[in-house]
Amino acid sequence: MTYLNKADLKVVGTRPIRPDGVDKVTGRAVFGADQALPGMLVGKLLRSPHAHAKIVSIDTSKALALKGVKAVVTSADFPDIASEEAFVGEGPMNFRDLSRNVMARGKVLYHGHAVAAVAATTSEIADAALALIDVKYDVLPFVIDVEEAMKPGAPVLHNDLFTQGATPQPTEPSNVAKRVQFALGDVDAAFKTADVIVEGRYTTEPVHQAYIEPHACVVSVGADGQAIIYSSSQGHFMVRAYCAKLLGMELSDIRAMPSEIGGGFGGKTLVYLEPVAMALSKHSGRPVKMVMTREDVFRATGPTSGGVIEVKLGARKDGTIVAAEAILKFQAGAFPGSPVQPGCMTCFAMYDLKDVRIIGYDVVSNRPKVAAYRAPGAPISTFGTESAMDELARKLGMDPIELRLKNAAKDGTKAAYGPTLQNIGYIPTLEAAKAHPHYSAPLGPNQGRGVASGFWFNIGGESSGSVHVNEDGSVSIVTGSPDIGGSRASMAMMCAEVLGIPVDKVRPVVGDTATIGFTHLTGGSRVTFATGMAVTQAAEKVRDELKVRAAKIWDIPPDAVDWKDGMAVPAGANAGGFEPLSLADIAIKAAKTGGPIISEVSVNAQGAGPGYATHICDIEVDPETGHTTVLRYTAIQDVGRAIHPSYVEGQIQGGAAQGIGWALNEEYIYNAKGELDNPGFLDYRVPVASDMPMIEAVMIEVPNPRHPFGAKGVGEVPIVPPLAAVANAVRSATGMRMADLPISPPKLRAAFDAR
Amino acid sequence: MSKIHVTTTINGEPAEFLTEPQMSLLDILRDEMHLTGSKEGCGSGDCGACSVIMDGRVVCSCLVLGVEAEGKDITTIEGIATGEDLHPVQRKFLEHAALQCGFCTPGLIVATKALLDRNPDPTETEARYWLAGNLCRCTGYDKIIRAVMDAAAEMRGA
Amino acid sequence: MSSLSYAAPTSVNEAVGILAGAQGLAKIMSGGTDLLVQLRSGRTKPDIIVDTKKIPGIMGIKEVDGGFVIGAATPCSVIGEHAGMNAAYPGVVEASGLIGSTQVQGRCSLAGNLCNASPAADSVPAMIAARATAIVVGPGGQRAVPVEQIVTGPGRTSLAKGEFILEFHLPKPAPRSSDAYLRFIPRTEMDIAVVGAGVSLTLDASGVITDARVALGAVAPTQVLVPEGAKALIGSKLDDAALAKLDAAARAVCNPISDKRGTIDFRIKIAGVLARRAAAIAYKRAGG
Repeated sequence: MTYLNKADLKVVGTRPIRPDGVDKVTGRAVFGADQALPGMLVGKLLRSPHAHAKIVSIDTSKALALKGVKAVVTSADFPDIASEEAFVGEGPMNFRDLSRNVMARGKVLYHGHAVAAVAATTSEIADAALALIDVKYDVLPFVIDVEEAMKPGAPVLHNDLFTQGATPQPTEPSNVAKRVQFALGDVDAAFKTADVIVEGRYTTEPVHQAYIEPHACVVSVGADGQAIIYSSSQGHFMVRAYCAKLLGMELSDIRAMPSEIGGGFGGKTLVYLEPVAMALSKHSGRPVKMVMTREDVFRATGPTSGGVIEVKLGARKDGTIVAAEAILKFQAGAFPGSPVQPGCMTCFAMYDLKDVRIIGYDVVSNRPKVAAYRAPGAPISTFGTESAMDELARKLGMDPIELRLKNAAKDGTKAAYGPTLQNIGYIPTLEAAKAHPHYSAPLGPNQGRGVASGFWFNIGGESSGSVHVNEDGSVSIVTGSPDIGGSRASMAMMCAEVLGIPVDKVRPVVGDTATIGFTHLTGGSRVTFATGMAVTQAAEKVRDELKVRAAKIWDIPPDAVDWKDGMAVPAGANAGGFEPLSLADIAIKAAKTGGPIISEVSVNAQGAGPGYATHICDIEVDPETGHTTVLRYTAIQDVGRAIHPSYVEGQIQGGAAQGIGWALNEEYIYNAKGELDNPGFLDYRVPVASDMPMIEAVMIEVPNPRHPFGAKGVGEVPIVPPLAAVANAVRSATGMRMADLPISPPKLRAAFDAR
Repeated sequence: MSKIHVTTTINGEPAEFLTEPQMSLLDILRDEMHLTGSKEGCGSGDCGACSVIMDGRVVCSCLVLGVEAEGKDITTIEGIATGEDLHPVQRKFLEHAALQCGFCTPGLIVATKALLDRNPDPTETEARYWLAGNLCRCTGYDKIIRAVMDAAAEMRGA
Repeated sequence: MSSLSYAAPTSVNEAVGILAGAQGLAKIMSGGTDLLVQLRSGRTKPDIIVDTKKIPGIMGIKEVDGGFVIGAATPCSVIGEHAGMNAAYPGVVEASGLIGSTQVQGRCSLAGNLCNASPAADSVPAMIAARATAIVVGPGGQRAVPVEQIVTGPGRTSLAKGEFILEFHLPKPAPRSSDAYLRFIPRTEMDIAVVGAGVSLTLDASGVITDARVALGAVAPTQVLVPEGAKALIGSKLDDAALAKLDAAARAVCNPISDKRGTIDFRIKIAGVLARRAAAIAYKRAGG
């Protein structure tokens, strides 16, 4: 059943203290690196000093001979896996690529690529052992830039990589892994009908998810081959699946335990350390702990792609867009798998377009393999399309919100990526933006205002949740979704709403792979939607069972019992004159009425409502230094239904802040040797507290009828608009179109000088 | 060289430990004293997740040698609450939902306590600059700053 | 087991003795905010760390004859809280206050910032502009060295083996004088200076500049003085012409590199901008 009438809700929509809150403010919460096991060894990785090289030989004998060293592993200690596509994480993953990313086999493909690992009794001995491993390399030419990598004659990373989706099918290997295309209508003909055309070429640099918690795990493999993994990830079922595949084990031989996770944003949707720690534990017979340094995190995990986005828009004088085209070239890093496909699918999804074509290229180069990052691909492609929309508005002399309203996607719009959109709330975000006092507030000298919108699909998928009524009438929830930003609170609230009890009577936990049914990872903005659906259904089954038990106690038929405000009551005067039975009253008698009252529900949730957002950004530039300050920021988003509004606002604010960082200062900087030159928080410049204004989050609620409470995913779409919102604001302040991110001070000052 | 014996005070209790010279105070707190509330986000003083108060000043415990703790008075996140009573800063972080993943939270709470001990009435700008060394990637800082300002107001009795 | 040893001498003589007798690489530690980062990354592998903080006089600030004696290892947060320093040398205070985060401020020191010998060290241009002197102690006794003569190149200083800085002296400021320091960074905090500019000015009763020192950071292998810039200011009331000359002089002394923090072209231009802006602040503070 559904609970879409907001007026009826007592718990959903309120702002209770999150159930795991006290642990998090007192230091009691156990994160990945906080775990310890008796007899634990320290595991460390040796990483490639080259951007691209053939591994000629690896001699580990001296390291193994060092006192205190208990195991050394290389790719020879892992099965050589055949190419096999799977969908276990947030995007498609090839197991062979994953295996070779975890431990280089034959070739190293980027500076920082793992080549060997040791387990030793102390950190110092592990370091000394790494220094004793003798790797002979045959250094190869490398390529970092995406367009360089696409050129004929570029150093080829994989000799067996032939462009998929290209016609004719190439006969020579290249770095272009894939070409994808999405189209509606006849774009070329439609452009001929345009009164106005704008064209632009936009670029973004790779940026890292930059979660504050480095990857960490503790793995113990018993002599019977049974393994237990404690790790910080966005999905312990994902960890189990990948480790089983990479080590050649059965899923049931591995128990993956979720620790608290210190941020992920997509970057913890695959494995780096766990399979290595598992191999080391197998060889040593002891538990092994591995923790990345911050430098490891930057060099060898994440980031997301940098990209080139070429956009062409054609419109009539009245602002109607008649044709739109985008060509996207995304860096995948060392292995195929950039988010170019979702980049293509999202970049025009805000608009109702009849003639549109988007072409994308997935390109490998000698950089770390990219990982998902919040709305993967969409911020990159949308930076191009929403910057172009701003240019189109200027060329037409139209207000940028009016232009968007004129062309906005609405219920019934056929999206270029396939579906017909339903229950979407894009237009309300534009109308709210237009009416917001921010949009008409005065601006001072060197100040400018930008607007941009964004889209993200949101996903559903497989989730499990169980609800247990305890003997005293309190309630426990178990789900399989790692809680990355407050989802336990939402689960408890939805359960409490269904059962009609106070939320503090419900305690949610995240169960391990052996204690709860399969649950896809925390990503795609799916947890409140899909896991929330499982928990709601489990709570409903419990509620039905409570009515059955009350009926037994009263000795009346179950359909003569109603459930109201957490109590069983007779359904009407004819049912009998019984005093209401509280949940606790029924729980205490459960043994006598049929035993424990529990329910576990697994779903494959469909119908996640797409998310839309419109952001307004004010900036001020210092023309002499090129410094940009964000003065004011308003983020308006259709959230479906805010289960816990504070955490929905938090997602919006956090996504906006990450997008602002992407726009202004974050970037991967490579030196001439193909080494990442800024692998630390000193020079990889995420926004700090003093960089940011308050971020006003405006929640629009267009409920999603496919979710019991109307929820839509909210976590990803807020990172989509900010890149263009900032650039459009800089355009407004300076008259200059900054088409290359980040808009760092040297770049902006140079633009002023060139004017 | 053999390990060095250090006598110190941690969260009001006398404590002693053995340390090698290169070990940081953070290593000691986490690995020897099993106080894992202080986090390592960078190991280079750039993220603030390991913040502790040492003799009244907030410092990054990753940038203090364990041996330097000799004779010092150290407060970690585990020492901020009084028994079951949360410190107002902790309470306000919860009320304002000023955390998502919670990994940076211990450092932010320790640094905020140090701020309010010194400056009970900070401006928003002062709070933002004081906390600039505490990176948070989840929240965009909005709710954190609101929690800090509200905690300050409550502690002033305003 | 580590081969590293640690000593915390309680007198200058003891420290000098330990340093003189040290086998291998000895690293002197004040606040340790650079040293611990380098230790951890493996960029430095010392055999002994000599922690100076227990040496009498190396921590704290004294006012002597209107000037200041700042213990070399005094945390910069202590400098920032010192009323006398704030009144007399606001530029030195703001420069030392920019080193790292609040957490780093509680540990970092003028001696560490100087002897780490980074061209981008924030406190150094301000100290040079303020005519600070370092009191260096070592096996040969004690010597006073102008701050601008300590750093000889990136990571290199003029200190001999066994020498370290005990304290800094700042002279009694002349009437109607003040100073200022500005740095440019991409964010608002937590970055290394892309350019730094320290300016110290003295005015006469009518507001004419009678003395000036201008120093820049992060635009050359060491911090650099800009004598032509100072010359351009002296005799002026900081009019536009003087500021334009200062800007040009500042740009002229730059010999920067392009790196992840800024390009050559950007650094040179920003050096001129910051010199002008710092001069304007110092002029106002001096009563102009």
